Amino acid sequence: MGKTIAEKILSKKSGQNAYVNDIVVADVDFRMGQDGTSPLAIRAFEAMQGTNVHAPERAALVIDHSAPSPLEGVSALHTLMRKFAVENGMTLYDVGEGVCHQLIPEKGHVGPGSLVIGADSHTCTYGALNAFATGVGSTDLAAALISGKMWFKVPETIKFVCQGKLPAGVYSKDLILFLISQVTADGATYMAAEYTGEAIKELSVDARLTISNMAIEMGAKVGLMEADDKVLEWVRSHSKKEFEAVSADPDASYAAVKEYDVSNLDPYVAKPHRVDNGVPVGEVAGTPIQQAVLGTCTNGRLEDLSIAARLLEGRKVHPDVRLIVAPASRQVYLEAMDTGVLKTLVQAGAAVVTPGCGPCVGTHNGIPSDGENVISTANRNFKGRMANNKAFIYLASPATVAASAIKGEITDPREFLE
Amino acid sequence: MQIKGCVYKFGEDVDTDQIIPARYLNTSDPSELAAHCMEDADPTFAGRVQPDSVMVAGKNFGCGSSREHAPIAIKAAGVSCVIASTFARIFYRNAINIGLPILECPEAAVALQEGDEVKVDIANGLIKNLTHPGEYQAVPFPPFMQKIVSRGGLINYVSERMKDRA
Repeated sequence: MGKTIAEKILSKKSGQNAYVNDIVVADVDFRMGQDGTSPLAIRAFEAMQGTNVHAPERAALVIDHSAPSPLEGVSALHTLMRKFAVENGMTLYDVGEGVCHQLIPEKGHVGPGSLVIGADSHTCTYGALNAFATGVGSTDLAAALISGKMWFKVPETIKFVCQGKLPAGVYSKDLILFLISQVTADGATYMAAEYTGEAIKELSVDARLTISNMAIEMGAKVGLMEADDKVLEWVRSHSKKEFEAVSADPDASYAAVKEYDVSNLDPYVAKPHRVDNGVPVGEVAGTPIQQAVLGTCTNGRLEDLSIAARLLEGRKVHPDVRLIVAPASRQVYLEAMDTGVLKTLVQAGAAVVTPGCGPCVGTHNGIPSDGENVISTANRNFKGRMANNKAFIYLASPATVAASAIKGEITDPREFLE
Repeated sequence: MQIKGCVYKFGEDVDTDQIIPARYLNTSDPSELAAHCMEDADPTFAGRVQPDSVMVAGKNFGCGSSREHAPIAIKAAGVSCVIASTFARIFYRNAINIGLPILECPEAAVALQEGDEVKVDIANGLIKNLTHPGEYQAVPFPPFMQKIVSRGGLINYVSERMKDRA
């Protein structure tokens, strides 16, 4: 019987001939924790009487959720992480390096066929590189740091076939917001998602990472794609490791196959306070906004900043709007400097903050006021997400965020297309 | 493992930002997390929840972040068991790992009302409403998960196994 990508990777890493619903214990290729979750993992590691991190070269800690530290208590947790990393010979990406989900692929730690766990729900991002990558809690991370292994239930797979070509002004963010609105926030719970089709193949690796990043927002365990030449080339330019790409068999068995033609898709916006509350931008156009956020593990890559810069070139952010920009990593920051993208954004009125998660997750760097509307390139618009439960968050593409920042209200970016 | 307590009811898709917002992740002290539990869903909850309570919610409970602070906050607030129509995957795993019993039971999630007194048998998944008589059957955990939950979580479970080996 044929296998899905998920079945193949879990079979290979566990040494078992695994199919859906089997429980396997598998060797994990890479383990990651961030500053929101690692402190609990370190305490669990100690409580489990862990003495050393198994294969420390295949694990990393990242300080990104509150970077630099806005509070004394957080500073103490950062110190705990630094000490643990040094004692165990692990890499620690410190303040300013960037968001974990940009760094782990960018630094070459993961690639096609990898099995990765991260104590952060958006670890599914690396699925765009053909890695079985999934979010776990702190105790699971601690156990995996000690043993190098973890138990997995082999998930069913739901396949999304996206045919056609995205029209001008419509991006991968719009596509994933559309897909989530179709299947809802728990439409893929406990399942693997596979994204395929002509529209996916057309996308750059940056744009694909946006789609896999949001697999968790439909409840999925992983958001997998096949490794084509674009992915293999991207991985070769970022990593010296050897990887083995994994494809689904033609006769693999799926829980569901969803087909869409995306040729006429509109830019999509997810309305507060649910990610599956997506509507075509026209339905919310004209809604006044006070803050716009460009960045995050969803849309903080060079391509995203460049798209926004193209709209903002020679224009100004509306006087009633704060535009916060957080490049996803130091590397992205530097490339945005070299290419003039950052200068364009700053000249237009953007406030650039340290690469990290702050504005998206409400730890610092742009907490909205009561009753304010925010348009953001992030992946979550839950009530209170940005640290004020009386604010309203709309999710959109970098182009829609930039267009809205210019006009001071939610705006269809196609208005700005030449 | 038997639980008897009072129901606190929530809606569908209760996300981890409602359970414990990221602004409180600057601590991992369970009692501090408990003080802010469910703050963005019901700001009065942490102040009024009684020990040995049963939290009841609709589908997709615990969706969102991987933060283990979420089940820790619920457990430390005094909740002995969460019953929901369905749970988000990471929350489900985290709850088992920290020893918070959870049961998936769509019928009970609809029928049980705020303030009802219920009796829950975790081992066999049986839920009894004592206020408005009714019985509901959840699918119990597989045995290895029950062992983890009954020992209060993965940490105790692993420590015990390490001791056995030594």
